Amino acid sequence: MPTDRSDSHLRIVWVYPDLLSTYGDRGNLLILARRAQARGIDVETIPIAYDEPIPRGGDIYLVGGGEDRPQTLAAARMRADGGLTAAVSQGAAVLAVCAGIQLIGEYFHIEDKQIAGAGLLDLRSDRGDSRAVGELVGEVDPRLGLPLLTGFENHGGRCHLGPAANPLAKVLVGVGNDGATEGAWAGKVVGTYLHGPALSRNPALADLVLSWALDVPLSAMPPIDDTWPERLRAERLAAVMPR
Amino acid sequence: MVRAQLATALVRTAARLSRMTGRGDGSVIGGRIGLAVEPRLLTVLARGRQVALVSGTNGKTTTTRLLTAALSTLGPVASNSYGANMPTGHTTALAQSPNAQHAVLEVDEHYLRTVLAETRPQVVALLNLSRDQLDRAMEVGMLADRWREVLGALRQQTDVPPHERTHVVANADDPLVTWAASAAPRVTWVAAGQRWQEDSWVCPQCGAHLKREGVDWACPGCDLRRPEPSWWLADDDTVAGPDGLRQPVSLQLPGRVNRSNAVTALAAASLFGVRPADAAPRLAEVASIAGRYATVERDGRTIRLLLAKNPAGWLEAFDMVDRVSPAGAAPPPVLLSINARVVDGLDTSWLYDVDYASLRGHRVLVTGDRRFDLAVRLEVNEVPFEVVDTFTDALAAVPPGRLEVIANYTAFQDIRAELGRAN
Ligand SMILES: [Zn+2]
Repeated sequence: MPTDRSDSHLRIVWVYPDLLSTYGDRGNLLILARRAQARGIDVETIPIAYDEPIPRGGDIYLVGGGEDRPQTLAAARMRADGGLTAAVSQGAAVLAVCAGIQLIGEYFHIEDKQIAGAGLLDLRSDRGDSRAVGELVGEVDPRLGLPLLTGFENHGGRCHLGPAANPLAKVLVGVGNDGATEGAWAGKVVGTYLHGPALSRNPALADLVLSWALDVPLSAMPPIDDTWPERLRAERLAAVMPR
Repeated sequence: MVRAQLATALVRTAARLSRMTGRGDGSVIGGRIGLAVEPRLLTVLARGRQVALVSGTNGKTTTTRLLTAALSTLGPVASNSYGANMPTGHTTALAQSPNAQHAVLEVDEHYLRTVLAETRPQVVALLNLSRDQLDRAMEVGMLADRWREVLGALRQQTDVPPHERTHVVANADDPLVTWAASAAPRVTWVAAGQRWQEDSWVCPQCGAHLKREGVDWACPGCDLRRPEPSWWLADDDTVAGPDGLRQPVSLQLPGRVNRSNAVTALAAASLFGVRPADAAPRLAEVASIAGRYATVERDGRTIRLLLAKNPAGWLEAFDMVDRVSPAGAAPPPVLLSINARVVDGLDTSWLYDVDYASLRGHRVLVTGDRRFDLAVRLEVNEVPFEVVDTFTDALAAVPPGRLEVIANYTAFQDIRAELGRAN
């Protein structure tokens, strides 16, 4: 463990909210913080503006979605900074959402240009024939021990995973990466096209990221009152699942 | 010309029939029929009139109504006052007021190019640009670029003398609007405020990170900066303008955002020669707009309806919620209602772009198709809430007295339908 990773509280770093906060991305930060606090864990949330250096001592890093111009700017800054890559190599967890999953891959496309990403996940993205907009339901990789993934997707990109990245879920409803799989994970890094935001409908995914950061098994996370997230999940799944 | 006359007659007949048969107010269907017969009908109908256009993401219906009130000091004014803000609606509005020398048209922000070309307006008022449910896929930045192109093209209006070319009234507080409007040949800058800043962090001209200090903003990478406004809100009840103007304005409409809309309306009206002193009393008469801000009495409850369609609109609505309570009484309960039908936008992630903390202290009820999304959001925001299944249940749950209702588009329409037309 590097010395600057504090044991006294959980540090959640929100990367470039001024550029990458298009689809309620703040929600993922708030939900992670709240679920940690509900387990008696002190939380420090650290928004990092795009003209600030990314601290290396965070426990969880959030990378959100953005429009084309900010996304391009963010990728250039993130690579030049190097802080996120360093933190991951030191064991930090990452949740990347929507454009964020493309940003932390090897490269992505804006119009005709290929733009280098942060390289944290073995994936490449390009443009699909059409925009994927609507509800998504997926069966999560059984190794992660999560219930159905539910959320809303709205993206023009398509993700192609390399051998070092695992699909997060098998698509039951919606498009995701390519119509068959949705999102990606490897080690303690997970990316998804879902917003809604992703964690509002998938509290178990939030707990998975927390358990990675805390270095405990998911099953060791004490349960908390999820009455409202569960009612929301039930309502959304009933609305979109084929009967 | 005969074709245009026939088309105009058809517009009026169709609109009247549509109203009589209860299929709506006819503002769209009439225009559609007329334009099918004569595609240049809008151009023909606008010719010879003094036209003002009002566009932006939020506040255009209200500002259109306020500017219409101001210009009514000059005579009858044609206006698409039901918010039918595309060319079909404009065509109907003009066809139905053949004798109005003036027209004030609310324009959907994506239709500015077309309507500008067809109506050759004297004045275009531009309020703000921010993310909207319908626009999630369409970058707000791209929209600003398109506006800039259209407004820059006004410099090529060589067939009209310079003093008759289109004059733009634009919000200096909004960087995207400033960027677009600064291309226009003639601009009057208004400080119309910008509570919502999440869509304007990045300079639209060079991509650098905008610096803000109080209301002031500037780009460190290029020459784009907040222009000096010549109209602004001096305090809650006073509009400041050129030559030391200080005009008292007292509105019935709530909130700072509507006072800012009034500043824009007075600035635009002055370009038609209407003195603020003459316009202000007319603005004060405006009480509600297509049910928005309307107060309705039902079962001893005094219900006020606020429409908020996007994150910027929700922040403005919270500012309008009545916080003052009679001595000893609690502040009024607030009902929030959210749907996510096609016209609302199917995605509810924007709920997290809004901070609900200012509602703490009110009793908060939530309803609508997506009440569980709202419940999860409020729980995360640490705002206590109660979920109710319908508007009627909400009414039954609160005691007699005031109730503030904030709803997005179809949720608002549902509630209005339940209350009967609440104009
Ligand atoms: Zn700049």
